[in-house]
Order: sequence, then C-alpha cells, then structure tokens
Amino acid sequence: MTLAVTIDGSAGKHNARAVYGEALVELAAQHPEVVALTADLMLSHQLKRFHDAHPERFFNVGIAEQDLMGVSAGLAIDGKVPFATTFAAFASMRAHEQVRTDIAYPSLPVKIVGTMGGLSGGTAGPTHSGLEDLGVMRMMPGMTVIAPSDPIHLSQFVQQAYDTPGPVYIRLGRGEDPIIYPAGHQVRIGEAVTAADGDDVTIVCTGVMLRHALAAAARLAADGIGTRVLDMHTVKPLDTAAIAGAAEETGRIVTVEDHLVTGGLGSAVAECVAELGAPCRVVRLGIPDLFSIIGPPAELYREHGYDETGIERAARRLVDDAV
Amino acid sequence: MADPATVERLEDKALEMRKRLLRLASHTSLHIGGDLSMSDLMTAIFEYLMRVDPERPEWPERDRFILSKGHGAGALYISMANRGFFDVEEIYETYGELGSRFGMHPCRNHLPGVEMSTGSLGHGLSLAVGLALAARLDGRTNRVVTLIGDGELNEGSIWEGAMSAAHFRLGAIVAFVDKNDMCMDGPQDEVMRVNPVDAKFEAFGWHVVTVDGHDMAALVDAIDALPPATSAQPTVVVAQTVKGKGIGFMEHTTKWHSGQIDETLLQECYAELDRRYGRAVDVEADGS
Repeated sequence: MTLAVTIDGSAGKHNARAVYGEALVELAAQHPEVVALTADLMLSHQLKRFHDAHPERFFNVGIAEQDLMGVSAGLAIDGKVPFATTFAAFASMRAHEQVRTDIAYPSLPVKIVGTMGGLSGGTAGPTHSGLEDLGVMRMMPGMTVIAPSDPIHLSQFVQQAYDTPGPVYIRLGRGEDPIIYPAGHQVRIGEAVTAADGDDVTIVCTGVMLRHALAAAARLAADGIGTRVLDMHTVKPLDTAAIAGAAEETGRIVTVEDHLVTGGLGSAVAECVAELGAPCRVVRLGIPDLFSIIGPPAELYREHGYDETGIERAARRLVDDAV
Repeated sequence: MADPATVERLEDKALEMRKRLLRLASHTSLHIGGDLSMSDLMTAIFEYLMRVDPERPEWPERDRFILSKGHGAGALYISMANRGFFDVEEIYETYGELGSRFGMHPCRNHLPGVEMSTGSLGHGLSLAVGLALAARLDGRTNRVVTLIGDGELNEGSIWEGAMSAAHFRLGAIVAFVDKNDMCMDGPQDEVMRVNPVDAKFEAFGWHVVTVDGHDMAALVDAIDALPPATSAQPTVVVAQTVKGKGIGFMEHTTKWHSGQIDETLLQECYAELDRRYGRAVDVEADGS
C-alpha cells in the first residue's frame, strides 16, 4: 500500500496546540462531563477558546502541577472526564506520583496532554523538555500513551482518548508541525500506520519524528533499499502485530523517538522483538543517555543522530551489516 | 450546645472503635498510635457528620470522605463497618491476606465506599477540590470531608490544595487535621515544624476552627457550627489530639506509630479503656 504522504512541508503546518484547543471545545460541546484544566498555561496551550466557551468547566490551578493532577482525579471520581494540560516534563515528573497514585492506580478517566515533548522545545533546555515522559507514562499499568505524528490526527486522538476507558497520555511537541498525511486520513489508538512500505529495513518512529523517518526512507528507497516506516503513534498499548510483521519480513528495525533512548519507544520495541524471539536486529535512535545541550530542535536532532541523516545512516549500517 | 445523649452515644462508639482497633492490632501490625489519635474525630465524622448510605455506596448526594492520612485505614474500616458497609468481623478475618479488601492503606478498587485510594501523603486536599468542583458542576450540596495528619502538612502538595480550595471558594470542603504533634521520627516541631497550623490555613484563606480532638461535645459543637456546604470558604477543623490516646504506654510517643500487641497486652488495654471511660464495651463478641 502507498500513502500519499507529504514530507517537504508543502502541505502546510498546523499548531498542534491550536488543533488540540479546538478539538477540546468541540468535544466539550458534545459531552457535558468534559472539563479542562491547566497549570497557568491557558494562553500558551490555546485553551482560551475553551475558557470562553465553557467557563464553568475550565479550571486553572496556577503553577501547581501536583494540584492539577489531584484535582483532575477528584473530578474524575465523580464522573467528569478531565483533560489536564501542562508541559510533558511536569506532567510526567513534577506530578508523577499524583498521576500514578491518584489517576492510574484507580484507573480514572483523566486525559493528560503534555507539550514540549523531547527536544522540540530545545532552546528551553532540559528543565522544560519532556525527555522521559514516554518511558515514565508507559510504566504505569493501564495508561494509554500516544505521541501523534501529525497535527491532523490530533482531533481524532482527542475524541478517541475520550472514548478510551481509564487514563490516557497524549504527548505533543512544541507546535507548528508539518502536515504529512492526506486530508481525512484516519488513525486508531493502538494501530500503527504503515506510512511507507518495504522489505529490507523498518523504521519505527513516534511523534514528530515521522517526517524525518519518511525523508530517510525516501533516500534509502532511491538506492533500492526497501524501507518500511511504521508510525507508532501509540507507544502503549504497542501494536505488537506490526512489530512482529516488521521483524519477520524485514529482519531489521531502527526505532526513532524524540526522547531518551532508554524507556520509551525503542525500549518497548526491543522488549517486543526479544520476546518474539524473531531473528531481528534493533537499533534505537533518540537522545543518548545524557542531558542535552541547548539549541534549535532540528540541529539537536542532527547533533544526537536521529534526524533524517542519522536515521538513514543507521538503516544503511544495518542493511550493510548482513546478519 | 451538644445534646448530652448524642455525646454519650458517640463516646461509646469511640470507645468501641479504640477497642476494635486494638483487637485488630493484636492480629496484625497497625498504625495504632495515629488510629487512636483520630478515633474521636472519625467517630464524630462517620457517626454524626457524614450523610452516607451503605446500601447505595454510589448515592450521588452522599457526603464524600477522603482519608488523606491513608495509614489510618484501620479507623476508616471500623468506621465504615459501624455504618454498615460490611461486617466488622471481615476485617479481622481477612486483613492483609492475599486478595483482601483490607490492607494497610485503603483502596477504592477493592472496597466499595472508599472514595479514593490513599496512603501516599499530601494528596487529600487536591482530591477534595476536584470532588467539590464536581459537586458544584452537578448542582449537588454534599460535603467533601477529609482527614489530614499534621505530619503530612509537611508535604508541599497540601498547600497547593489549600490554595486552590480557597481560590475556587469551595465551602463544601471540611478538612480535619489530626494534630497529634508526632510524626514517625519524633515530635513534629523537632522533625519539621509546621506550627502554627491554624494561622497557616487562615493565611491561605480558610475558615479555621480549633478544637480539642478528644472532647466529643466540642467536636459535635464544631460540626453543628459548620458553614453550609454552599458557602464560599473551605473550613479546617484543627483538632488537638494525642498520639496513642487512651492507652497510657502508647500516648505521646513515636514507639507506637505502628506496632502489634499480644493477647495479654490486648486484655490490659481493654481494662485500661474501661477504667478511663468508666464504662465497658465488649468488642470480642462483635457483630454488635
């Protein structure tokens, strides 16, 4: 199958936060139990429209992320479906224990949206970067973990997060992400999208790395290296059937995430492949085991070897280094 | 003024709770010191303040209770049994066993009627804020009651919740502080001073009531004087208590923060309580 993907940015860009804010307003119009909370990021996270449309259902707790999650849990106990929004770093770590104990343990339907995932806010530095969030959230029993690759999917994920029982974590980047998929493209939580196909090597990516993965795949394909790209927008539950197919049919997997290489997508894929017992090499790309230097995201991705050039290089090595 | 017959009934229930807690502490290691300091508070809350219906644990209009100091689960279980949520004997028979509904900290997944799983300290106020906001959205006038230990006031998250409860004008919230002045490592003021508790809550915008947490008449008066749930200011009842209250060797010490007693000691404890209360309640023939 071939998807008409756009990797040169010519389809335009969308601000994921704006898409999220609009999707939430619409969801709340349909469902009176939907409430929105944030920790002094109403303007930054484009929740002003929600505030204006549903003022009685909007709660700004100030710069208090533990309270954000605890209050969300309390609302969820009594039938509300809270969408709690803050930076990924603070959702996953400052309020980690509230998320784990107050939300995941009782399996409450709190939908957490974290922005500035990975080095997408690179100039902000590690204090504001969600470097561990996928790993941290993935460890919690019952937590669904999503990192959309394309802003056009986000409104679908907002609806599906509402439809999903229990807690959901949606990880976004900084914003202004290119549109990649054709208009109307449908996506489902837990089902990887085969964004490009091939039988020599598979690139499994999540979140904003899809564009880089597709660009690398195009270069590889031009050299006759059949490259599959799996958009693993859902890190948990992992689409193990798609991983099994990639392992069996290509025998080589490169994982790519804007996240530390430990704990996130790469770890999940490696665990899956190891347990499958499939004869498959796995190379994990992402932020190495260090706190990153500061810089623009694209340059940081290159610096740490997981931009399109780094992905292409890793895939060629795997293909050349015949198992 | 509190009705004397009501006070006497509640004092009897508090005596019964202390004995039941000690009986449980003869089966398993229990946070007995804190359980005993909060026994009068829990009796006043569950037997006098709270509107709940054990036949309908999900009744929307019920008052909500969050045990922020989750290690006081023993007192919560006994309070719930007293209200008819389950037979008190089930606690003794199954506590801590594989798959039990009763563990060291309460779990809503396994025990209907427990509003929220707690144990990690400092979570209660934020949860209460969420519950009170939900009540307001739904047009309900139930109260949201929480019991907090003074040790957990060291947790920063308590003060985040204290801020938002006042900011959102949640008069439905009534927080009781079991101020026994002891945490695990020693006197609260030596380990990490949190006094003056009343002034701190007042500065955070709360309606503050101070009371002797072992004076049942005073507790009843404090409850009678609570502003309506629709008022615009949360209330904190700072209750001065004694850790281990009722059993001389357990009072004012950290030694009995948690512990287990043997049968001989249990009988001595029963006798001491009967002596101090000047009346006898038998909890060995329980089911009463």
